[in-house]
Amino acid sequence: MSDPADWQSYVRRLEELAVRSGLSFYPVEFEAVPDSFMMEIAVYGLPVRMPHWSFGVRYIYQLIQRHMGHSRIFEVVFPGNPGHAYLAQSNGLAENVLVTAHVLGHADFARNNMMFRRCQEQVSEHIVEHAANHARQIQQAIETHGMQKVESVLDAALALEQHIDVDQKLRRERYPEYLPDTKALVDDDFRRRFAALDPAAAAGAFDSRKRAPLPPHPERDILWFLATYAPEMESWERDIFLAVREESFYFFPVFATQIMNEGWASYWHARLLREADFVPQQAYLDAIKCHSDVVRPIAAGQQVALAINPYHLGFSMWERIIEREGLETARQIMREDDDFSFVRNHLDRELAEQLGLFRFNARNDGHIKVLGHDLHELQDALLAPKYNFGAPSVSVAHVRNDGTLELEHDHGTDGRGLDLERGRKVLDYVQRVWRRPVLLRTIDQNGASLELAAS
Amino acid sequence: MSKSGDDKGDPTLAKWYDLFSRGARDWLRHDEKVRESVREQLPQIIAGGDVINESARTVRVPVRMLEHYHFRLRRPGESQGVGQGEAKPGDVLADANADRGARDKGPGGQDQGEIQLLLEIKIDDIVDWLWEEMQLPNLKARVGPADSTDWVREGWDRRGPRSRLDRRRSFKEFVKRRGQQQQSGPTGFTDDDLRFRQLARRRQPAIHAVVFFMLDVSGSMSDRDRRLAKTFFFWVVQGLRREYRSLETVFVAHTTEAWEFTEPEFFQVTGTGGTVASTGLNKVREIIDARYSPGRHNIYLFYASDGDNSVGDHAESQTALADIVQKACYSGYVEVASGLSRQLATETGRLFGELASQGQPAGSYVINDFNDVWGAVRHFFTAEHAAQSGAGPEGSQ
Repeated sequence: MSDPADWQSYVRRLEELAVRSGLSFYPVEFEAVPDSFMMEIAVYGLPVRMPHWSFGVRYIYQLIQRHMGHSRIFEVVFPGNPGHAYLAQSNGLAENVLVTAHVLGHADFARNNMMFRRCQEQVSEHIVEHAANHARQIQQAIETHGMQKVESVLDAALALEQHIDVDQKLRRERYPEYLPDTKALVDDDFRRRFAALDPAAAAGAFDSRKRAPLPPHPERDILWFLATYAPEMESWERDIFLAVREESFYFFPVFATQIMNEGWASYWHARLLREADFVPQQAYLDAIKCHSDVVRPIAAGQQVALAINPYHLGFSMWERIIEREGLETARQIMREDDDFSFVRNHLDRELAEQLGLFRFNARNDGHIKVLGHDLHELQDALLAPKYNFGAPSVSVAHVRNDGTLELEHDHGTDGRGLDLERGRKVLDYVQRVWRRPVLLRTIDQNGASLELAAS
Repeated sequence: MSKSGDDKGDPTLAKWYDLFSRGARDWLRHDEKVRESVREQLPQIIAGGDVINESARTVRVPVRMLEHYHFRLRRPGESQGVGQGEAKPGDVLADANADRGARDKGPGGQDQGEIQLLLEIKIDDIVDWLWEEMQLPNLKARVGPADSTDWVREGWDRRGPRSRLDRRRSFKEFVKRRGQQQQSGPTGFTDDDLRFRQLARRRQPAIHAVVFFMLDVSGSMSDRDRRLAKTFFFWVVQGLRREYRSLETVFVAHTTEAWEFTEPEFFQVTGTGGTVASTGLNKVREIIDARYSPGRHNIYLFYASDGDNSVGDHAESQTALADIVQKACYSGYVEVASGLSRQLATETGRLFGELASQGQPAGSYVINDFNDVWGAVRHFFTAEHAAQSGAGPEGSQ
């Protein structure tokens, strides 16, 4: 435990140094908080967030992890204007100096990266406050409507939290109710002669408008669709769905740029620290030691790692890009890319080899075998878990006249069917808020199509 | 707060998160849900005879953490991932089933390591739940001396004898006062901090009950039959304990003869030879006459057998049983007919059935497996209740 004043005297100087190095960020409010609170931020993803029992489960796992010494969280930063950074009170001085520089890297990234900016335009720059507001609303709903009811809405909404469509706006209009009338006003010979014969009929006595099917196209944003079109949802229930959706819009860029973002912050904490001549020698050495612990790809005493440390991968990629192509190009990449384009365009064969990346195959019985070093396959395998917010591509296909909701799993894209047991449970959640039968088409393990239902 | 950290110096300004843990709150809610789901499945869980432990007042139920379900892809037989380190194509990094831990970190192991919880549930709670769940009536004692009174703890006061000083409570008051008071004021305990436990006189039903468990231990009763009977007896005792402050149990086993046993011995006994129910019934009569006068005790009899009574015993058992039924609040017969489905009522079953149809407080029920135990408990308690309320007993099953 260090005297926080010590570290805070460095914050201003680090910020100045960062600005001189070309970073541009909104002001960041730093706050040192107890470890227990750090842990909760990690569990909830936001400092104040809606209550739900599933967070309790994550909390216990996190607690156990911490007791076993597996995880330690130095900082959590929330983008915005101003940004909020929470630092663990147990950080030493050196760690705090490092973490401050790291946070500034994140703040620069969040202000300039396109994906972050687009999502922040939607959710505004005050997600922390919004989330706290959602939590308060939901707490009120619990008092008004009872825990059971609110919980069953949250069960459904949080189960679908990854099923949003960030290419659409956060606040969307309903679909047009009718199909565009293509035939109506074709001004041709026939129509003119018809009009001459019977002006009344030709003036639109018959309605050629056709009611649009619902949804008019497969809808990926299931949260929005349910909130908008569920036949019997109450307004407070819709609000909960929209609250969860708004938070998902915030989480999306964090998820979709993790390698870039962590790499960028790691690159800058290393560089700012190198250039910060005002940091005492001892603190500098401690901080560098801490840096190498954070970006270490392989656990101490082990030969290989079976997972990629995004800090290390991102850090190595940025270091190389800046070394070869200069800071300006790097900043442009930082602004325009997400993890998909970043890994595909900038992870080259040489670097992959240098980092010793390999692809492996793990069987369910525990057998793990190294497959190879082919670059494209490596990139594919790295990115595979990141598609579609990490969730199977399920979309709303159709609502029948009797109100039955049809969901469709695009197994062609995902390459295999859904986990049926879990799928059924999610349908149960959804059915409780849709209040009409719900069904889902996917395939079974033999590739035969299959329909799950809940009613 | 801002970077300057100006509000750090003031220790009275506690942050909200020092006082409140959302993680713990949501964990408690999870725990509550687990208990709810255990409660829903309770009859199945405790039907397994293994949870019963005579001396223990709790039952331990292993449960999994609840999962909040999301759409997931089917777990494939194998999965691919990216690793880092010195490895050549074809290298085998782990053998089949070598180390589960290693796999959990891989991409295949999306599931976090399974953690099992061991829920400890009080048997009293279970019985309460069950009675609520099954809407079993609460029995009313038929006889009993007038209510007596007893001293029970009730509330606190600032004055009292030193022997009833509640230290914990007093300390809380002390802390409370210290928290409120301004700088000035006494720093140690004051007389106002002290709290003493108070006693109040409460009426207690002082009703005695005795329950006779009679078990057929003849050669035809298998081990499984006996475990069924044991499970049934266990829950009957739990149910009766809800009603009677002092409940005595008497265990009688019989073949062609009858003996009284202690509880541990009772379930170990194996006999050979035929079944003469009247010997057991007469033994029960003897004990009632000698030790439990019907005027002072509520008497219950539960008899478990496979139903094969010897043919010549009919008249004798009928007399004995009729006598017991006169004296007892209720007499029940469970037929443990494991695996066999019987078309016809057995000899003993008929005996109880006749009495029931005459409007006497008696009944019978057939138990085929552990799931039926619940039906039997429910049957007897509702029948017993009906018999009491004078609506006429239900017939045998």
